[in-house]
Amino acid sequence: MTLLTLNNVGKRFDNGTEALAALNFSVAEGEFISLLGPSGCGKSTALRLIAGLIAPDSGDIAWAGARPELGFVFQEPTLMPWADAQTNARLPLDLKNLPRTDADVRAQAALARMGLKDFTGAFPRELSGGMKMRVSIARALAAGPRILLMDEPFAALDEPTREALNDDLLRLAREDRITVIFVTHSVMEASYLSDRVLVMSPRPGRIKSEITLPPGPRDRLSISFSEGLRRVTSALQEAA
Amino acid sequence: MTRLFNILLPLVLGLVFLAIWDGVVSARHIPPYVLPAPSAIAHALANNFPSLMASLLSTLIVTLEGFIAAWIAGVGLAIAFSQSRMVERALYPYAVVLQVTPVVAIAPLILIWVGFDHINAALALIAALVAFFPILSNTTQGLKSADFNLVDLMRLYGASRWQILRRLRLPTALPHLLGAMKIAGGLSLIGAVVAEFVAGSGTATGLAWRIVEAGNRLEIATLFAALLLLGLLGIAIFAAFSLLEWALLRRWHESALRQQL
Repeated sequence: MTLLTLNNVGKRFDNGTEALAALNFSVAEGEFISLLGPSGCGKSTALRLIAGLIAPDSGDIAWAGARPELGFVFQEPTLMPWADAQTNARLPLDLKNLPRTDADVRAQAALARMGLKDFTGAFPRELSGGMKMRVSIARALAAGPRILLMDEPFAALDEPTREALNDDLLRLAREDRITVIFVTHSVMEASYLSDRVLVMSPRPGRIKSEITLPPGPRDRLSISFSEGLRRVTSALQEAA
Repeated sequence: MTRLFNILLPLVLGLVFLAIWDGVVSARHIPPYVLPAPSAIAHALANNFPSLMASLLSTLIVTLEGFIAAWIAGVGLAIAFSQSRMVERALYPYAVVLQVTPVVAIAPLILIWVGFDHINAALALIAALVAFFPILSNTTQGLKSADFNLVDLMRLYGASRWQILRRLRLPTALPHLLGAMKIAGGLSLIGAVVAEFVAGSGTATGLAWRIVEAGNRLEIATLFAALLLLGLLGIAIFAAFSLLEWALLRRWHESALRQQL
């Protein structure tokens, strides 16, 4: 079932730069899709448009029914440095004025699912880069989103940390049947995580090609994974 | 060990300085109305202790009243600026004018307007005017430096302006505000001293007035004693705000943390 459709969405910045030209794609419920493209192709802009943080200049973004609960994860962990992990994870619930005890239980559960059960009282500066990103994802999960928008969340992390987070994200998204729109410039990440990869052209961004990857669990060492990787790589080269 | 050394070194240096001072004054027979010996200053302090303490209290109260008024006005206006660009554009130039005008120049006017019957209110107002600007400008800066992505995230979750202010902007501004309070604490003391000077004798009763009075009577030792107390008061105010800063920021802010490697 289609959850979201972008029809000819265009966006031009105040300085005159055309970030997106006629972006068209739709996202099915429960799907994991990646927007892949070079820096400056408008991937992040597309995500902010979907989140409703900015409005399109042309075209429209149509949700099937009311806009569902969204979660957003930035490239930086974007935590409040004065608050511990639990308070950070609780933020969306606090903003909705949920009773403190309920909010605490949900924030703790989200942190535990991200492997941070023993770090609920830790302040951001006491955590590693990967752990901070885990708090950031726990914060998005605490709100119980149906769709998760992620803007190159693991770009700044080292390879093993990134792979561990990829696996955890995939598991959580499957368990909760969360739809994920994942922005990345990593072919590896896009191929590993996604049901479908949308390859974007350089600015002004538009969808150049679309690669559907075989369903089911992924193995980074398997032949079928390298096959997918090869298809995504060549699509990216053609788009440039 | 190094800690003890760090305390002892300046202390020993200070004692050596006082000893030389004392020696020079007695060796050269410098008259006490030009430069009293440290021992004479200590005597003056001891002899006038109750009245000097009363003056200290008077100056302290004026300083604190001025500081509190500056804090309320500065933080309040900074919050108004953060909520409305129009308010900021309209009022900020006047705040700057207030800052660049030497308040000493308008002190006589304030004394006349507020009146010598309410002398302490007039003194506190002058102290407040001196201390106000750093609080306003630092807090304004702090409220504006909130992480844009966090603002977006909060909007995404439907946060109201009030929620963004309370949960994000105010905590972001806290280190800026605390830094400004350290500066403003010292400035309000300076403001109080200047105001007492301007008010002159017969009305004010604080330490600065004691300095003028002692100078007029050539009681230079008493003058030094009052000066010493003013210095100690300034140190105490700075130390109190530094302590407050440490207490509030120690868990999370870079400035309050030792580098860990």
